[in-house]
Amino acid sequence: MALEIMEGSIAIAQAVRRCRPQVVAAYPITPQTHIVEALAEIVANGELSADYITVESEFSALSACEGAVAAGSRAYSATTSQGLALMFEVCFNMAGMRLPLVMTIANRAMGAPLSIWNDQQDSIALRDAGWLQLYAEDNQEAVDLHYIGYRVAEDHRVLLPVMVCFDGFVLSHTYEPVDMLTQEEVDAYLPPFVPKFMLDAKNPVSMGMYATPDYYPEFRYETDLAQKRALEVIREAGREFGEQFGRDYSALVESYRMDDAETAIIAMGSICGTTKEAVDEMRDAGKRVGLVRLRTFRPFPTEDLREALSGVSRVAVLDRNVSLGAGGTVHRGAVVLEVKDALYGEPIPVLDYVIGLGGRDVRIEDIKRVVELCEAGDGDRFYGLRTEVL
Amino acid sequence: MTFETWLRADRLPHIWCSGCSNGTILNCTLTAVDDLGLDPDRTVFVGGIGCSSRSVGYVATDSLHTTHGRALAFATGVKLADPTLNVLVFTGDGDLAAIGGNHFIHSCRRNIDLTVVCMNNLIYGMTGGQGSPTTPPGALSTTTPYGASEPAFDLAQLAVAAGANYVARWTSYHVRELERAIRAGIETPGLSFIEVRASCPTNYGRRNRLRDVTDQIEIFRTRSMLKAKYDRLVAAGSPVPPDAIVVGEFVRRANPVMGVPP
Repeated sequence: MALEIMEGSIAIAQAVRRCRPQVVAAYPITPQTHIVEALAEIVANGELSADYITVESEFSALSACEGAVAAGSRAYSATTSQGLALMFEVCFNMAGMRLPLVMTIANRAMGAPLSIWNDQQDSIALRDAGWLQLYAEDNQEAVDLHYIGYRVAEDHRVLLPVMVCFDGFVLSHTYEPVDMLTQEEVDAYLPPFVPKFMLDAKNPVSMGMYATPDYYPEFRYETDLAQKRALEVIREAGREFGEQFGRDYSALVESYRMDDAETAIIAMGSICGTTKEAVDEMRDAGKRVGLVRLRTFRPFPTEDLREALSGVSRVAVLDRNVSLGAGGTVHRGAVVLEVKDALYGEPIPVLDYVIGLGGRDVRIEDIKRVVELCEAGDGDRFYGLRTEVL
Repeated sequence: MTFETWLRADRLPHIWCSGCSNGTILNCTLTAVDDLGLDPDRTVFVGGIGCSSRSVGYVATDSLHTTHGRALAFATGVKLADPTLNVLVFTGDGDLAAIGGNHFIHSCRRNIDLTVVCMNNLIYGMTGGQGSPTTPPGALSTTTPYGASEPAFDLAQLAVAAGANYVARWTSYHVRELERAIRAGIETPGLSFIEVRASCPTNYGRRNRLRDVTDQIEIFRTRSMLKAKYDRLVAAGSPVPPDAIVVGEFVRRANPVMGVPP
C-alpha cells in the first residue's frame, strides 16, 4: 500500500479512471469541478479510452450517460446541488430503466438563497428516485466507494444507479493521504460491465416505454425489491474489497465506541470525523457516548441500525438537511425519520438536530453540546441558530 | 443622476477579478438606463448564475438572482405580470447559450419586450474556466486542455435568426457604442439582445496567452470590424480576417412583440 497526499477531487478522478468508464459527461458546478476537469485532462491525454462530452447542462450530462449505459457502456458523471436538481427527471428515469451508473455528488446546499457550501440537502432530496446512496466519511472511503459502487450497480441482482456522496469542499478540496489501487488491482475487483439488457439492432428492445396502470405498480415494486437486494450485494462487495485490499466495507453502518454506550449519535459523511474526536473527548471525561455512522442511506440499513442501537438509552441524530414541514411543530431532517422508523416500538427517545446547513461549521464543542441537549431531552430543533439575525 | 446613483454602494467591493470587464459593462448599462431617465422604481434587473449574473446584486432596483440558465424564463414572468416594468437581464455565455439555450431562442421567437445584455467572455469564469459553447475552436480551457474541438455559437446571429427585434454586438472596449446600443435596445419594443465580448484574464486569458489585463482589450480594439465593413467585404468576395470580431447593429426591426402594455 502506497499512500499519496491528494486532493479529494483528484483522487476521485483517478479512481474513476481506473474504473474504465467509456463515456464521461458532466457540466461544471462548484465544488464538483476539479473532478471533471481532471477527467477531461485524463481523457485528452489518452490515459483513459473514453469519450468526454462537454455537455450544455446537467440535464444533458445525465441524459447522455443514460443513453451510453442503455447502449451497453460504462458511464460516469458528477454533480452537486442545483445540478443534481436539474437532473431530477433523468434520475427517476434512469433508475426506472434499471440502468447502472456511478455518479459522484460533492454534497452542497440547495438554493435559494444561493450557497456553494456543504450540507446534504441535495442528495437527500433525491431519496425516492431509486438510486443507491452511499456516504463517505473521508477521501479514502470516497475513492473506494466508486469501485464498490460500480460492482453493486452493475450486479444483475441490483441494476440501479449509485450516488457516491462526499461532502463538498470539506472533502472535495481537502488533501488527505489516499491509497490508490493500481489498475491491475481494480481490474481484478471490478469486471467489465455486462449489461443485462442493451440497445442492440440485432435483438431490438424498447426501453422506457409506457406502462399502463395494469403494469406500472409492478415496475415500482421490482425496483424496490432491487434496493432490498442491494443491502446484501453491498455487504458482499464491501467484504470482498476488504479481503483483496484490507479495507472492509461490508458494514452498512459503522459503530464507533458503541460498547456500553448510553447515548448514540447518528450521522453521515465527513461530520463523523469530527464526531469521533468529540466522542473520544467525552469518553475521556467518563461519558458513555458512541457514534453510529450510516454509510448507506438508500437502501436504508434498518436491521443493521436496530442492532447497532440495541442497549442505548437515547439517540441524537445529526441531520445535515431539513425536511421542511416534517415533524408537526418540531424541526426534523430526513435521516431521523428513518431512524425513528427503525426504532419504532422501542422505548428509546430519538432526538434530531438540524445542523451544519449551508456550510455552517460544526465543531467538536457543538457535538458535545448536542449530547448535553439530548441528555436533557431537548431536541428536534435547529442547532446553533444565530438568533440575532432572525 | 449618473450611473453611480443606480449602484448599491453598500454591496461594494464587487466580486469580480482585476481586469474583468463586467464592471465596465454594468456601468455602460446603468448609464444607458440613466440617460433614458428610467424610473428605478419601475425597473427590474434579472440574472441567472455566473460572474455576469452577479451584476443584478449591485443595482439599486429590485432584482432577481435566479437559477442557472433560467434568467429569461424568470424575466418573462416578471414582464408578463406587469408589462409596464422595464425588465433588463444580465447573463453570460454559459448561462445564456449552454444551460439556458432553449430559453434564449424561445424568448427571441416570442419577441418578448426584454433587454438582454450578455457578457460573453468565452468561458465558464466563475467555476474556474471550463469550455463553454462560445469557446473558440482551439482555445484552451480546463475541460479542453488541448484546445476546444467543437464549433462555437455566434450569439448575435442566433438571436437574429430566432426573431429578436434588436440585436447588436460590441466589446467592453467600445463603451460609448455599447451605451448607445443598450439605449437603442431598451427603446426598441420586443426582445433586444446586446452581446458584449468581455475579457476574463483570470480564467480565459491566462490559459490563452492573454494573461495581462490589457491583452484582451487590445484584441477588442484592433480586431473588431464594423458590421457594415464586414458586409461590404463579404459582398465583394474579399477575404475577412478569421479572428475578426464583427461589431455593430445586426438588426433593428418592428416585428410583433409580446409583453408591452396594451
